[in-house]
Amino acid sequence: MKKLSNIKNLLPSVILIVVLFMFWEMGARMVNMTFILPSPSEILLKLWEIKSLLLIEHLPATLSIIAIGLFISIGLGVGLAVWMISSRIVERALYPILISSQTIPIIALAPIFVLWFGYSIWSKVVVTVLIAFFPIAVNTFDGLCSTREDLKELMLTMGASNKDIFMKVSIPSALPYFYSGLKVAVTMSVIGAAIGEWLGAQAGLGYFSRRMMTQFDGAGVFAPIVILSLIGIVLFLLVVLLERRSLNWRKTK
Amino acid sequence: MNKTVLQLTDISFDYKTTKADTSNPILRNFNLTMLDGEFISIIGPSGSGKSTLFRLITGLEQPTTGDVLINGINYQNRFGRVGYMPQEDLLMPWRTVLDNATLPLEIKGVNKKEAYQKVNYLLDEFGLKGYANSYPSELSGGMKQRVSFLRSVLNGSELLLLDEPFSALDAITKLSMQEWLLKQWQALNKTILFITHDVNEALFLSDRILLITNSEKQVEEFNVPLSRPRNLRDLNKQTVIELKDQLIDQLRGR
Repeated sequence: MKKLSNIKNLLPSVILIVVLFMFWEMGARMVNMTFILPSPSEILLKLWEIKSLLLIEHLPATLSIIAIGLFISIGLGVGLAVWMISSRIVERALYPILISSQTIPIIALAPIFVLWFGYSIWSKVVVTVLIAFFPIAVNTFDGLCSTREDLKELMLTMGASNKDIFMKVSIPSALPYFYSGLKVAVTMSVIGAAIGEWLGAQAGLGYFSRRMMTQFDGAGVFAPIVILSLIGIVLFLLVVLLERRSLNWRKTK
Repeated sequence: MNKTVLQLTDISFDYKTTKADTSNPILRNFNLTMLDGEFISIIGPSGSGKSTLFRLITGLEQPTTGDVLINGINYQNRFGRVGYMPQEDLLMPWRTVLDNATLPLEIKGVNKKEAYQKVNYLLDEFGLKGYANSYPSELSGGMKQRVSFLRSVLNGSELLLLDEPFSALDAITKLSMQEWLLKQWQALNKTILFITHDVNEALFLSDRILLITNSEKQVEEFNVPLSRPRNLRDLNKQTVIELKDQLIDQLRGR
């Protein structure tokens, strides 16, 4: 029953997408300059043509950047949030820096990372982490701040230790916020990996897309982007699934 | 029956403020001796320091002067010594009824299997049979308060502090919860200190009523002229009605 209504809810956006793609297809055929504006059908054909190259050579490179980047981002983001909640001074010292770190255009900094880390995977991982850790850190921190004071006091009257309060009150309170941050972070991590690859790589979907640009192969530019966006969607859905499983008490609301 | 469970001697309390304003303390020279098995209610207008008194007894605050003795001992750290039930149920929405009630046992480090067994048995006794795996959001207000009460009972102490536990309930639910509380109090053999602003509730439930007046912080004590077990209709007795009128007049400062 619930699944059925979910599909129904998706219908309007599916229709919109189909209509937009139809316009695109018609427009592209009218312009008829494949190297600038390839039509969706041409992109799909291209994708099919080079599928093994993309999936076997370039996808694993990008996926490993995303995986390592996300792993570090979660550790760094959660770590910073916990550190800031544990001490007022740390919060005052770090929070403004955290916010201003996001005003730095990471794309402009990326060449520096290539200088530092060369063409190894780490120059790309750093870009990914710099983009993806932020939503996790800020959301988790807000979540930890949202812990109810009266609940903590009640725990104290039961003789709870600080560790008890952190484990049994703060973490469960922060978990929904953490997942919100993670949802943003996984989509950002795909962007981060692609940017990192543009600037210096020997393999990867972002690298391939950029190489096709220099060859004026419009469909070749778009084909890896389709896969990149699919990665983002799959990661997002995975987080939603994880969230539903671990927060099943929220369903009953 | 004559063991002293709680003794408050000359308690005064004042939130430490920068201003040297000692003229209007929150509590002034408050004395109370509670015997094993007693049910005492505290009534008073808001701001009269009722909830502060509970914060002092639980150990969330320390009195400026005076001592808090629990079972005759002046503990340095009173956390975990009394069962406290707050006004709001404060159940954790992410825990099931069973896990919410088990919380105090969990904190005391009781073996999980043993704890579940004990709680499951009590859930039945408390009229929560079949709700062990429900989440708080699925319960009615009265049921949430029962879980909250069970949680404070499982803290393991004889003394329970209940802070206006039924104030958010509708009138009918409130009445049945009061009857239910009396039954549990007798079955569990607990000593209860109960905050309320409802004079009827205080009369129906308690052996003694302490009335704190707002401005002077003076405490007056009244014995409720009713025997036990009680029935809601007992409140219509002439002596009780007279006491009720007297209490209401005093509360309104006449």
